[in-house]
This record gives sequence, C-alpha cells and structure tokens, in this order.
Amino acid sequence: MWKFLLQRLLLFIPTFLVISVITFVLIQAPPGDYISSYATQLEASGEEASEALLIALRKRYGLDQPVYVQYVKWLWGIFTRLDFGHSMQWNRPVGDLIWDRLAWTVVISFLTIIFTWILAFPIGIYSATHQYSGFDYSFTFLGFVGAGIPDFLLALVLMWLGFAFFGLDMGGLFSEAFRDAPWSWAKFVDMLKHLWVPVVVLSVSSTAGLIRTMRANLLDELRKPYVITARAKGMTEWHLVLKYPVRVALNPFISGIAYVLPQLVSGTTIISIVLSLPTTGPVQIRSLMSQDMYLAGSIFLLLASLTILGTFISDILLAVVDPRIRLE
Amino acid sequence: MTVATPQKSAETSLYTASQWQLMWWRFSRHRVAVVSLVLLVFAYATALFAEVVSPHDPNRFSSSWVLAPPMRLHFTRDGSFHLRPYVYGLTSARDEETLAMVVVPDETQVHPIRFWVKGDPYTLWGRFDSDLHLFGIDAWEEQPLFLMGADDLGRDLFSRIMFGARISLSIGLLGVGFSLLFGVVLGGISGYYGGLVDVIIQRIIELLRSLPTIPLWLTLVVILPPHWSALRIYFGITLILSLIGWTGMARVVRGRFLALREEDFIMAARLANAPQMRIIMRHMVPSFTSHLIAQMTLAVPGMILGETALSFLGLGLQPPVVSWGVLLQGAQNLRSVVLAPWLLLPGLFVVAVVLAFNFAGDGLRDAADPYAI
Repeated sequence: MWKFLLQRLLLFIPTFLVISVITFVLIQAPPGDYISSYATQLEASGEEASEALLIALRKRYGLDQPVYVQYVKWLWGIFTRLDFGHSMQWNRPVGDLIWDRLAWTVVISFLTIIFTWILAFPIGIYSATHQYSGFDYSFTFLGFVGAGIPDFLLALVLMWLGFAFFGLDMGGLFSEAFRDAPWSWAKFVDMLKHLWVPVVVLSVSSTAGLIRTMRANLLDELRKPYVITARAKGMTEWHLVLKYPVRVALNPFISGIAYVLPQLVSGTTIISIVLSLPTTGPVQIRSLMSQDMYLAGSIFLLLASLTILGTFISDILLAVVDPRIRLE
Repeated sequence: MTVATPQKSAETSLYTASQWQLMWWRFSRHRVAVVSLVLLVFAYATALFAEVVSPHDPNRFSSSWVLAPPMRLHFTRDGSFHLRPYVYGLTSARDEETLAMVVVPDETQVHPIRFWVKGDPYTLWGRFDSDLHLFGIDAWEEQPLFLMGADDLGRDLFSRIMFGARISLSIGLLGVGFSLLFGVVLGGISGYYGGLVDVIIQRIIELLRSLPTIPLWLTLVVILPPHWSALRIYFGITLILSLIGWTGMARVVRGRFLALREEDFIMAARLANAPQMRIIMRHMVPSFTSHLIAQMTLAVPGMILGETALSFLGLGLQPPVVSWGVLLQGAQNLRSVVLAPWLLLPGLFVVAVVLAFNFAGDGLRDAADPYAI
C-alpha cells in the first residue's frame, strides 16, 4: 500500500513539471512580452515610453535573461512564495486575483461530484436489476440526451425558463442584498438557493456516463456464480444485491473522479460566463482576450494541477477500496 | 465436387456473407442508429447545398427587421385547408407597454410559400451562378421569409443556420480526420512496438486526458496569430481540438493492435515471411477498420461541441464567419434570450446533430464486431 502510494506520488511530480512547462510555453507564445504591451498602453495614454525605461523594466522583471532561466525563476517563485507572476491588466500579483475564485471552482466541482453520486447510485442499481424495463430504457435515452446537450446551452435555457415563468434571476451566487454582506446563516441559505443551478447543469452530462458504467459493471457482477450461490441459499434479493455486487460495482464512482473532474472544471469555466459565477472562468476568458498571459496561464496551471490532484486522490481511494489494484 | 445449390437459405447466406455484410445486418437492427444515420446524411447534404436550401443571403441585413419573430406557417384560410402553407407578412408597430418599436405579424399580407422561387443571387461552390432557392415567397425583396426569426441585424436566422452547418459540421469531420492521423500513427507505434515507447505514449495520453479541455483550448486559441485569415484560423482551431481528440483514437488502435498481435492469422503471415508493413496494412488495419469507424463517429460530437463552446465564448471563429457557435454568441446573456428566445435555435441543431452522431456511433460500435454474440 505504501509502495503504491509512493509510486503514485512520484508520478505526480513529473506530471506537474510537464504541465508547468506547457503553461510557460503558452505564456510566452504570443508575440511580445508584457513590457511591450505596457509600452503600447503608455503610448495610448499619451505618455512617452522611453527606451531606457523599457530596458530597465525588462531587467527588473528578468525578461532580458534566456527563456529557461525565466522559467526556473517563475517556477521557483511559485514553489517558494506562491508567486504566479504579475497580471498586466489588473496591475496586481496574479495570486491575489485567483484564490477565492479557484475556491469556488473547487466547491462547485466537489458538490457536483457528490450530487452525481447521489443520482447515479440508485438509478444505476435500478437499471441493472431491471434490465430492458421501461425505466431502464428511459434512463438510457435520457443519458444520451444529457450527454448531447452542451452545458452552457442547458444553463441558458434554464435561466430563460426561470425568468420567463417564475420571474427568477438564477445567475450569480448571491442575491443583490447579500453580495457584499459578511457571512451569515441567511447568506449561506441564499447561496444554496443559487448554487443548485450550476450543480444540476454540470451533473446532467456526467451522471449519464456514471449510470452507464455502474449499470454495465453491476450487470457483469450479477451474472457471476457467487450471486447464484447466495440466491440459492435463500438470501433476499434486495439484501443480496446491495451486500456484494453493488460494492464491487462501486469502483467507477471513485475511478470516475479522474475523468469527470477535468470535464467538470471545463464545464464550470463555460457555464460561469452564462450564469455569471465568481469562478476562474470569467477571469480566464477576460485575461485571454486582453492577452494577460500570466494570469491566464496561472489559472490554467492551477486548474490542470487540480484535475491531476483529483486523479491522484481517486487512485489512492481506489487502492484503499479495492485490494486488487494495490497488489498489481 | 458438388456445386452449391442455387437456392440459398437464410442460414447459408449468413455463413457466406462478408464481414461488411454482417455488420450492415447487425447495424440495421438498431433502429435509432439507422434513423440517426439518415438524419446525418440529410444534414450534411443540406450543408453542402446551403445556398440553395436557405431562402436568403445569410448576410442580407435590414434595420426594419431587427429581431423579427419567427413566422408561423398557416395551412387553413377562411376555414378551409390548403396543402400549400402560407405566412403573414411583418410590420413594425409600437409596443403599448414599453413604447419600443417591435416587429409583429400583419394578417392583411398573405404570402404563400412556393418551391423554386427567385431570390438573392449566389454562387454555389464558387462555380455555379444562380438565384433559384429551394423555397421562398414571391415578394422576397420587400418581405423576407423568417422561418426562425431574425437576429439583431435583421438577418434571416434560418439561412444563417444553414450556412453555419457548413462550418460546424465540417469542423467535426476534419477534426476527427486529424485525430485519426495522430491516433493511428501514435497508437499503432505504441501497440505494435510496446516497451518504453508504449509507456511514454501512454503517459502522454493519460496526461492529456486529465487536463481540463476548455481552459486548455481557450489558451491555445489565443496563441493563433491574429493576422491569420479566417480559413487558417479554422484549420488552427480544428488542429487544437484534435490535440485532445487523438488520444481516444490512439487507445482504440493500441488496444486492437495488442489483441491482434496474438492472433493466429498474424502469426501465419509472419511465418510466411510477410514484411512488417504488409502485416500492418494488409492484415491488421482491415480487421480494426470497423472499430475505428465507430470510434470516429463517437468522436465527432466532441469536436462540434468544442467548436461551439469556443465560438460561443467569443474566442473561436469570429463573426463574418458563420458557425452554430458564432450564432449562439447572440444569445450569450439572459436579456437577449428573454427578448428573442429564437436566438437559441442554433443550439437545437447542435443538440440534434450531436445526438444523431452518438446514436449512430452506438449502433456502429455494436456492429463493429459482427462475430461476437
């Protein structure tokens, strides 16, 4: 077990390094650096951007050094000081801008996973134990439809219906009155009233996939001899299904985190624009539009690390739950 | 030697049928998949003839028809039923509550819809000049036909959706084509050679699959040089989309390669001293083509949804180009959706095509291995 853990942890480090290299390449890729865009800004506002000033600035930010030195410095800053660089657009350190937004992305993704589990568990069991029943078919069909609707479209339609029929504004995370209020019970309740919209929208497509795998796994298990033995011994059907096959078939719930999480983070980015949620999505898109690459790149780096961390956690949980994986 | 009897029973035809014949039989049992396939062929045909099918020029704008609502088709007039549908003309009126100018139907103008009417001139595929449209109304110059309403510049949304289909549908195919190229080469190398190469390629695939796609795509799209022409941006975006897409393809190819490597007929070919390239191209590739086709069909929706998402966010294709995602940009905020819900209609087309691809792919996957029970 410990060996497995260590092995996974060792794999996590090079993965992070690869992502950081990709991110740094992405940050550097657009032509010009932020000093040259700063110069254009200065000129646009009528100020003189002297050559000497630009050279001094480049030196100060280390932009006169070779790219790999800049990369190591950037990475060192992240590890030692959690310093992700400087946002040109906001003229503030990137870190200040993203932490609470990142927290919302995590909260929404986490709640969605839980919600997906709650939905998929009973439906998956029902579909497998009542294979080819009317309900099974309708869930299969709904699953296909759910996977086919882009989440941002679903969010838009939901907002529109809510507004047109109930006069509700479902965007944002808080009502007008609570937006800047300090945390209180009332504010928490108000947040829950808004939070269900993104959670439901995001869980539609991932639930469909989870139900499919849960159903397929459970069907495989239900055909195995030990189930027949248990049945022959007179165990009640309900008890039997829950006691053994379901436990074995639960694996996809955990392993699913690994591929559902990237999808959720991805989905949160886009529906946050539609629902105007305070996640990393809107900031990333705005920063990309203004080519504020340190901000955009850092958000990508953090989101990618987050999903890889999710993969890591799901690997460990899987090893805890399923001894077969530990022994491999 | 006896000659096979000419009358074939159902059973012998099953034994003598070719692999593709068997696959078709199995596929045709999946009703929804067959319907989906027909729908897709229809969709691509419409996209190919977008100029003819759409009643108007997609860029024909008019300030008098800003956000005109969709026209309803009527079949009954004066209590009697007519097979030829007609629409009412539109006129501007002042909303009594908000006092804003709105476009409303005018029941005094009756325009029957006819086949093959003259309309905006166009050049089909850059070659054939014509002004004949599949359907439309005679008075098209003064009164455009808005089957699905008009956008904020008074352009016909239905015509724009038809032209958008061209980009949205082709990006799906092209993206899958690129993915196939990378996937077959890298997956093939990974599965055929195994060893360290395999481990490295598998790690890369795992890494790429654990990245959140939209944030990655967004960042990559921004890097495309701004001075590129629309066509190059289009190709660039397709390449970016297939950067993740190839991993699924490579997995299928690798899995098949690993399975086939152990098969007797490959061993036989090897013993017969067939060169490696011949073994791959002549023996292995044909036996997993069907799996590949199924996988490709299932990969198209991801591409279409990716392009739609990028363009919807305003970072994908840019406005003079029309795609379903670009059209959905018009419906980005609640206010415009409440004002003109028909701006969401391009989304309906996206969903229909994606569903059709998913169902067809599901059927193809079942049919891909007709020897399995």
